[in-house]
Amino acid sequence: MNLDVILRAGISTGTILLIAAIGEILSERSGIQNLGVEGMMLFGAMAAFKVSYESGSVILALLAAIGAGGLLSLAHALVTIHFQADQTVSGLSLTFLGTGLALVLGEGLTGLNTPTVPNATIPLLSLIPWVGKIFFTDQNLLVYFGYLLIPASWYFIFKTKPGLHLRAVGENPAAADTLGVNIYRTRYLYTFIGGCMAGLAGASISVAISPGWYSNLTTSGQGWIAVALVIFAQWNPTGAAVGGYLFGMLRRFMLDLQGPTMLLGYKNPFFYDHNLVFFLQMTPFVLTIIALLWGSARARRKRLGAPAALGVPYVRGERGL
Amino acid sequence: MRLPYSLQLVKRTEETPKWLPAVTSLGAVVVAFVFSGIVLALMKADPLRIYQYFFRAAFGSWGAFSDVVVKATPLILIGLGCSVAFRMHLWNIGAEGQFYIGAFFASLVVLVPLVPLETTPKFVILSLMAILGLIGGAVYGFIPGVLKARFNINEVITTLMLNYIAVFWNNYWIFGKYSDAGFQMTRTFPNVAWLPRLADLAKQYPVFSGITLHLGVVFGLVAAVIVWLIVYRSRWGYKINLIGDNPRAARYAGIDITRNIILVFMFSGALAGLAGMAEVSGVVHRLQERISTSYGFSGVIVAWLAKLNPYAVIVVSILFGALIVAGREIQPSGVSFMIQGTILFLVISSDVLLKYHVRLVRTEEETA
Repeated sequence: MNLDVILRAGISTGTILLIAAIGEILSERSGIQNLGVEGMMLFGAMAAFKVSYESGSVILALLAAIGAGGLLSLAHALVTIHFQADQTVSGLSLTFLGTGLALVLGEGLTGLNTPTVPNATIPLLSLIPWVGKIFFTDQNLLVYFGYLLIPASWYFIFKTKPGLHLRAVGENPAAADTLGVNIYRTRYLYTFIGGCMAGLAGASISVAISPGWYSNLTTSGQGWIAVALVIFAQWNPTGAAVGGYLFGMLRRFMLDLQGPTMLLGYKNPFFYDHNLVFFLQMTPFVLTIIALLWGSARARRKRLGAPAALGVPYVRGERGL
Repeated sequence: MRLPYSLQLVKRTEETPKWLPAVTSLGAVVVAFVFSGIVLALMKADPLRIYQYFFRAAFGSWGAFSDVVVKATPLILIGLGCSVAFRMHLWNIGAEGQFYIGAFFASLVVLVPLVPLETTPKFVILSLMAILGLIGGAVYGFIPGVLKARFNINEVITTLMLNYIAVFWNNYWIFGKYSDAGFQMTRTFPNVAWLPRLADLAKQYPVFSGITLHLGVVFGLVAAVIVWLIVYRSRWGYKINLIGDNPRAARYAGIDITRNIILVFMFSGALAGLAGMAEVSGVVHRLQERISTSYGFSGVIVAWLAKLNPYAVIVVSILFGALIVAGREIQPSGVSFMIQGTILFLVISSDVLLKYHVRLVRTEEETA
């Protein structure tokens, strides 16, 4: 077990969660909760893998994933924005639909090899002692994209005019409407962007960070963890980054925990009783619940919380929020 | 960009016609099959042949139909549980986990064993298993219920996380302590822990030989009547409906919402737990991996497609049982999942037809 290895791996796999969570933050900031992240990610992962295999182009693969996730999210947008359907049920059915489509269209892709997004080492930055070794050496290009995404999305949401409009639509759509912000268009746009990023997050698994197509095990519940991260992060990209990376590190730590025969001077129970590993595998899911508990307590203390209009359909002229 | 026509929604002022929900649900199912047919055709498969095969695999013989009802049994129980929770807008997506824990609790009767298996009458053992299944599911429903009621934590996420946790929990026991000679399953239960099957009567009535239908389906039918009575004829059901329709009014009326959230979650979980018991005792006859083929999630769709009506849940469950039976014989494996997702999507989209008149209008006329 090596701390540097755990940190490096955490940053790497945490990027998947990070991208998906920031996409979901944008969508939820506009008032549309999309629980279909898992389905969109899986569909995106499949699309990327398939296109990469057939065209041999990684760029096309990433575009396909972005398009695939975005396409699915438009179905959610139409149903929840125009038809005012319940966002929970719609998001859930999106997960079914995305998973089903991915499994059907991804038939026969298991075990194939495709071109992948390469790793890279950043000159100069990688020379910084310790930090350079962990953050800037031999990481996937999408990991670096993640580094840029965090400040960019934070700046966009909190410091720009479109970001202000986005938050207004999620907090008080009626007021935003009177100021001339097009509620429907804004919500469609950010739901779509959220879907695109979920698709990209899927691609970041299948053609970049842990390449391959393993049907529904490709995402294995990470989409749901991303949705939980949004709450943990209190709809803030920096929080999503911290949470995502921590989660990644935790997963690697769990894996490494099984290796050594001795732990802190004791016989390693996970090494000698292999069945205890099931409890290790439970841990991320238990921690997600604990993180939500913690997030909810913090939100109450600081009077933060979800965008006020999250989950509420907007109809002009009807009394709502 | 301006399209020449646009859809306009006009709120219904009159009552929604009684037949309309049934028609839209049916329409959703039909369109879902058409959509999936198109996807299959794109995959260069022949959708008509697949559907024909589907139909024959599900309804082609009494044996096949009995398999369908066997698959529908857990869906009925889970769908009923979800339908009650959904009335309060509690999104219990955790039936899958509650099913596993219910199965685990029920199996303990045999695995520990909690009673001497040789001397205890079959009736007592099965009742004990059913009760433990109910308790297991209720306990597992209690967790997200408390988290939701006391800490306002999104129950969709907690129930989903608990699903994963339940599977690992079961794996720990079936790979470890209760493993049958190192296989990923427990030993087969003795006959006293098997729910009676129609096939057991084959000696007297040869017609029933090989028919797998077991007593669990009766649990489902009885549960449907009970749920109907609760929802439409009881004080508790009235409270549930009121909290769902208008939580503020419910609070003013002095209804303890926190308590009812927890109770409904436990009730919903208990039914899923009973489904788990019926599955291990009636079908698998041991505890093993993958005792559920996403029953928990299909149950959600069943409840929604049935518009939360307990009797409709039975009918829809049989349709979905057929999808599962046919789906496991068919490649590609995601087809039945895709159809289920599409159905749910179309059902919720078609709800707009219940609330609004949809009109196609020329955009020019609309501009004001």
